[in-house]
Amino acid sequence: MSADGPGEVSTIELEPAGTHAGHYVSTAPFDPASAARLTPEQERFYLASQWKLMWWKFKLHRVAVVSGLVLLVMYGTTLVTEVLAPYNLHTRNTDFIYASPQRVHLFHEGSFIGPFVYEQRKTLDMKTMRRNYTEDPAKPHPLRFFCSGDPYRFWGLADASLHLVCPAKGATLFLLGTDRLGRDVLSRILHGARISLTIGLIGIAISFALGLLIGGLAGYYGGWVDMTVQRVIEIIRSFPELPLWMALSAVLPVTWSPILIYFGITGILALLDWTGLARAVRSKLLALREEDYTTAARLMGAAPSRIIGRHLLPGFMSHLIASATLSIPGMILGETALSFLGIGLRPPITSWGVLLNEAQNINVVALYPWLMLPVVPVIIVILAFNFFGDGLRDAADPYR
Amino acid sequence: MVRYVVKRILMMIPTLIAISIIVFTIIQLPPGNYLESYIAELQAQGESVDQQKIAFLREYYGLDKPLVEQYLRWAGGMLTGDFGYSFEFNMPVTRVIGDRMLLTVIVSFVTILFTWTVAFPIGIYSATHQYSWGDYGLSFLGFLGIAIPNFMLALVMMYVANVVFGTTIGGLMAPEFIGKAWTWDKVKSVLEHSWIPVIVIGTSGTAGMIRRLRANLLDELQKQYVVTARAKGLPPGKTLRKYPLRMALNFFISDIGSLLPHIISGAEITAVVLSLPTTGPMLLSALKSQDMYLAGTFLMFLALLIVVGVLISDLALVALDPRIRLAGGVTR
Repeated sequence: MSADGPGEVSTIELEPAGTHAGHYVSTAPFDPASAARLTPEQERFYLASQWKLMWWKFKLHRVAVVSGLVLLVMYGTTLVTEVLAPYNLHTRNTDFIYASPQRVHLFHEGSFIGPFVYEQRKTLDMKTMRRNYTEDPAKPHPLRFFCSGDPYRFWGLADASLHLVCPAKGATLFLLGTDRLGRDVLSRILHGARISLTIGLIGIAISFALGLLIGGLAGYYGGWVDMTVQRVIEIIRSFPELPLWMALSAVLPVTWSPILIYFGITGILALLDWTGLARAVRSKLLALREEDYTTAARLMGAAPSRIIGRHLLPGFMSHLIASATLSIPGMILGETALSFLGIGLRPPITSWGVLLNEAQNINVVALYPWLMLPVVPVIIVILAFNFFGDGLRDAADPYR
Repeated sequence: MVRYVVKRILMMIPTLIAISIIVFTIIQLPPGNYLESYIAELQAQGESVDQQKIAFLREYYGLDKPLVEQYLRWAGGMLTGDFGYSFEFNMPVTRVIGDRMLLTVIVSFVTILFTWTVAFPIGIYSATHQYSWGDYGLSFLGFLGIAIPNFMLALVMMYVANVVFGTTIGGLMAPEFIGKAWTWDKVKSVLEHSWIPVIVIGTSGTAGMIRRLRANLLDELQKQYVVTARAKGLPPGKTLRKYPLRMALNFFISDIGSLLPHIISGAEITAVVLSLPTTGPMLLSALKSQDMYLAGTFLMFLALLIVVGVLISDLALVALDPRIRLAGGVTR
C-alpha cells in the first residue's frame, strides 16, 4: 500500500479509451457469506449470552457499580466482624459511660508519632449530672495494629484475640463514643451489621420463593386460582405495612429465644412482601404463556413445572432479581423501625435498629448525639441497594 | 357510571370482611386473653377484683364462647358502633380513642396534599430535564428521603425545632385546645402544629412519588403524539401542558393506592416519636400490653382508611378519565 493516500488504492485504473478492454476475472475464491460476515467485535456482541450482555450494560451505570462495591464491602465486613471491631459486642467499660468520640491524631507537640489518641479525662457536671470528657494533651496513646485485644470465639469455632486495631495497654479507643453501659458504639455498629444485613437477604429469599410459587401458579393456571390469589394480594395490600408488622411481631411469644425472634421477625417481614413479586410473576406469565414457544412445549408434552421452570421463568428472571433487590431496603428499614420501637429484635441480638432504640428521646439527640450514628450505615445500605437495584433493572433488559 | 360506583362499593364488602377476619385472628393469637391476665395482675397486686364486672364483660363479649362466636359478636358490634372494651384503660374503646382517629385522618390528608404539591413540580422538572444536574440532584435528594428512616428524621427535626425555633413540639395542638370541642381556632392550631409531622411523614412518600411520576412522564414524553405535536411546531410548554401533563394528573389520583399505605405506616411511627395524639402511640402500647379490642379497632380503622382512600381515588378517576368511564372497566 502506498503512502500517497487512500484514493490510489481503491480506484481501478481504466485503460485508455479505444483499447480493447480485457475480461476481468477475480481469481479469489468466492464466499457467498462475505456480505453477512461480522467483524470479530460484532460477533462477540451478537453471540454473547444474556447474562453477559446484562453485565456489559450494568457496567455502564457507574453509580450502580460503585453501590455494588459498597454493598460487597459491607457484607464482607460481616465475615470478619470480630477482627475489625476494636472491642467485643458486650464489652463494658464502666469507667467510660457515655464517653464522647475520641479523635485520632498524628502529631504530638509538633512531632509525628503515628496514629494515636489522647487519654480522656472525665469530669462530672454536678448541676446537670452530665459526664464531660476532655482530651488530656499530655498523654498520647499510640494505637496498636494487628494486636491482641478482647478474646472472642471466631465464628463460634476457634478462640482468638486478633484485632485490626486496639488501644494502647490501659488506654481506650472509642472512635464513635460509648453508650449508657460504656460499650463502644463503633464495635456495636460493626456487630449489628451482621443482623441488619442478613435479615434483608433471608427475608428476600423467603419472599422470593413465595412470590415465584404463588405468582407462578396464578399466572400459569389462571381461572379461579388466579382470582383467589388476586383477592388475597389485594387484601394484604390494603393493610398499612408497618402497623401490621407491629401487630404480628407483638404477637411473637415472649418466651421465644432471641434467635427464634430473629427468624420470626424475618418471616413476618417476608410474609407481607411477596405480593409485589407475585404480581410481577403473574402478569409476566400471563403474557408469556400465549407465546408460540409455550404452545410448542405443551404440544411436545412438557409438564407445567417444566414449562414454567425451563421456558417461562428464564425469560424474566433478571427482572425479578432486579425488583427483589429493590425490595431489600424496605425490609431492612422495617426491621430497624420495629427494633427502634422495641417490638422487633431483642438484646442480646444486636441490629442497627436495636442500637437506635437507645436514641429514642430528644435528650439523647441533645446530649449524646453519637448514639444516633447507627443510622448512618442504615442510610448508606438503603441508598446502595436502591442505586444497585436501579442499575440491575436498567440492565435487566439488555436487548432494548 | 352509577352501576360502576355501586359495583365498586359492593366489592369493598368482602375485602373488609376478610380484613376483619385477619385482624381478629391476629389479636387472638397471643395465648390466653387479656381479661385473664388482667385478673391475674390485679390479684398479684392484692387488689380486689370486681367479680360482677368481670363476669359481665366475659358474658357481654362472649370471651368463654368459641372463637367464631366471639368474632361475630366483635364484628357485629363494630357495625353498631361498639368497638369493644379496653381492659387497659378500663373503659369502652370508643371513649379511649376520642378524636385520635379524626386527627389521624387530618394528618394523613394534609400529608397527601403536601406530597402532591412538592412532588408535582419536581417530578415534572426531573422528567423534562432528564439527566441534567438538576435531575441528578433532585433524584439524589429523593433517594435520601427514602433512605432516612422516618423516626430519625422526626427526632432530628424535633431537636432542630427546639433549638432554632424554641418551640416544644410534642403534640398536635396548643395545650389549651386539648380535650376541647372542635372550633375553627382548634383547627387552625392543629394546622399550625402539624407541619413538622407532615414534613417528616411526607418525605419518603414524596420521594417515591417523584420517582414514579418521573418514570411515568418520561414514558409519556416518548410517545408519538408528543413527537407529532413538536413536529407541528407547538412550543414546548404548551406541548407539555396540553397532553402528557394531563396523563400525569390521572396518575396522581391513581397513585393514592400506593401512597396511602406508605403515609399511614410513616404516620404511625412518627407519631410515636413525636408523641402525637393520633393512633400511633396508642396502637403501640395496646399491642405491647395485648389490649386486644383497642389494637383491633386501630388496625381495622387504618385498613378501612386505606380501602376508602383507594375507593375515593378510583371513583375520582372514573369521573375524570373518559376512557375508564366509557369502558366501564376497573382501573387497576
